[in-house]
Amino acid sequence: MEQVLQQLVNGISLGSIYALIALGYTMVYGIINLINFAHGDIYMIGAYVGFAATTFFGLGFIPALIVSMIITAVLGVVVEKVAYKPIRKSTRIAALITAISVSLFLEYGMMYFVKAETRTFPEVLPSKNFRLGNVILNNKDVYIVIVTVVMMLILQYIIHKTKIGMAMRAASMDSEAAQLMGISVDNTISVTFALGSCLAGVAGVLVGVYYNSIDPLMGMMPGIKAFIAAVIGGIGVIPGAMFGGYLLGITETMVSAAGYSLYKDAVAFAILILMLLIKPKGLFGKNVREKV
Amino acid sequence: MKRLSVVLAMVLILSLFTGCSSQQAAAPAQSTDGADTVKVGLNYELSGNVATYGQSLTEGIELAMEEINNNGGLLGKQVELVKADNKSDNAEAANVATKLITRDKVVTILGPATSGNTKGAIPVAMQHKVPLISASATADDVTVDSNGNVREFIFKTCFSDSFQGVIMANFAGQDLGAKKAAILIDTTSDYSKGLATSFKDKFENLGGTIVTQQAYQTKDKDFRAVLTNIKSVNPDVLYLPGYYEEVGLIAKQARELGLNAPILGGDGYDSPKLLELAGKEALNHVYFTNHYSSMDDSPEVVKFKEAFNKKYGKDPDAFNALGYDLAYFFADALVRAGEADPVKIKDALATTKNFKGITGTLTVDENHNPIKAITIIEMKDGVQTFLKKQEP
Repeated sequence: MEQVLQQLVNGISLGSIYALIALGYTMVYGIINLINFAHGDIYMIGAYVGFAATTFFGLGFIPALIVSMIITAVLGVVVEKVAYKPIRKSTRIAALITAISVSLFLEYGMMYFVKAETRTFPEVLPSKNFRLGNVILNNKDVYIVIVTVVMMLILQYIIHKTKIGMAMRAASMDSEAAQLMGISVDNTISVTFALGSCLAGVAGVLVGVYYNSIDPLMGMMPGIKAFIAAVIGGIGVIPGAMFGGYLLGITETMVSAAGYSLYKDAVAFAILILMLLIKPKGLFGKNVREKV
Repeated sequence: MKRLSVVLAMVLILSLFTGCSSQQAAAPAQSTDGADTVKVGLNYELSGNVATYGQSLTEGIELAMEEINNNGGLLGKQVELVKADNKSDNAEAANVATKLITRDKVVTILGPATSGNTKGAIPVAMQHKVPLISASATADDVTVDSNGNVREFIFKTCFSDSFQGVIMANFAGQDLGAKKAAILIDTTSDYSKGLATSFKDKFENLGGTIVTQQAYQTKDKDFRAVLTNIKSVNPDVLYLPGYYEEVGLIAKQARELGLNAPILGGDGYDSPKLLELAGKEALNHVYFTNHYSSMDDSPEVVKFKEAFNKKYGKDPDAFNALGYDLAYFFADALVRAGEADPVKIKDALATTKNFKGITGTLTVDENHNPIKAITIIEMKDGVQTFLKKQEP
């Protein structure tokens, strides 16, 4: 029993990262129907910004997090303006290919500047262990979950209680009608990219602090996993992405716990395939109106 | 028409160049016998993902060759090193070997560093009958092919993977008194699997049991699930053969989860990155087998350390020491061969006995593997300390 609880803790920490990245995926998809494959690489750049902030400028955990959020938000907007906006009217396959090339550009561009070797974060959060019975809880586990939940709440607030949030919802429902109502769709899309990217930046810094190891290709796998998480929750649905992230994290951990650690990626992809076959709208995707 | 003439002109220019280079290549070939230098090729990982290994080995070799040349060279000739970068790539290692042999006419190739790249260069060396010596390719099948036949021109000066596993199993069973061992391997690495197999066989032979065997893959970042599994069976030791990138993360996460059993491993731990990744609290009760320890205070090692420090301004690591030994190992064979001829050098290499180096005294066995001592290193608060030297 204790072991199951411990594995649950492990799964929730891992799931938080997937959830944070998946939120950005899902927002962007919700508004322009684009699977932004470069999202995982924005997460990687967020980690490097956090690394630079803590290593070279000696910032603490929270300031580094904020710097990283700002820079990744700007980067997200730049990517959108430069790469995605000119092809917004093109076919979806063109957009998808563009997204993949932006992803490769960021990965190998970054590798050119920072070299392929792994970097390690300075210890900005001294490690402390809490014991609940025989279950060991690290303070970083706690941070990761708290930051994720807080981010999700802020996001929910922005989307449901603010004017820009209303604009985002309107634009995702019907962008032409929104435009006719006087909403600047371009600005709304930019804000969506900024928000989504800044969440990826947060995830990057958290991973840097939690695992203490970053490299230019670190965004590939988590990016794809987050995509699976977003699909599980119903792509375009924000609480769904969060749920999908945790579900995937816990599933992977439980697969490893059962002694099949080598199959954990296979299981994740099997879930993706099953989900797309059986319930392509995801677990929470019922309420989303299909655009015709 | 104009375009055609441009193309034709370019073809002409190109053919001129190729004509030139083939003449250049031919020139040193004629003069090799009468030349006043002995050419030795270095086929190393000077860039790419295991670049630190190649660079360290090259530093060691250059230091040794400088000493040799200052003392009058070998057989009355100066030694000339021809350096080439194989970019940490198997195919490139083969290309570089071809270039060194056919273009530079080297009498012996030193390198590459890793087993994989060495295997890439082996067919070329065998085909041209030029000796190839690696100082750090620890895989068991470097000098022996899959049918068990010795590769005539291939040698190595480091112990084999299986030997590392056996030594660690002895250490775990006898010195640490362990009865239950857990194994965690990288299933994508032959090195890791090789070490684990020999550890397991020996440990069970000594009466111990392997309570669990878990696996991960290179580039994984989260090991908490498998480590929780390992912790639940409460092993006396954790055998973790792998490379520093994953081992660093695993050690850190293991200690965070309260898995405090000693961690045992092999020469893949030897990198300053290990400490950066794991942090110093995690690196206690960590033991690994290595080629050499800079803490060893035997007179030869002290002398080497001083010379190295003077030239490079830093303490030598194991790969520097291996490179240094490799150069002298070659020099010893060349002098006994009496002539800078690849086949004679090969015969001399195969009969090396009690060659005294920094990393131990070695004798080449019938499989072209060295019989030599192994060093066990203990990490205390992230610092490597010399624990003991184990004679074979």
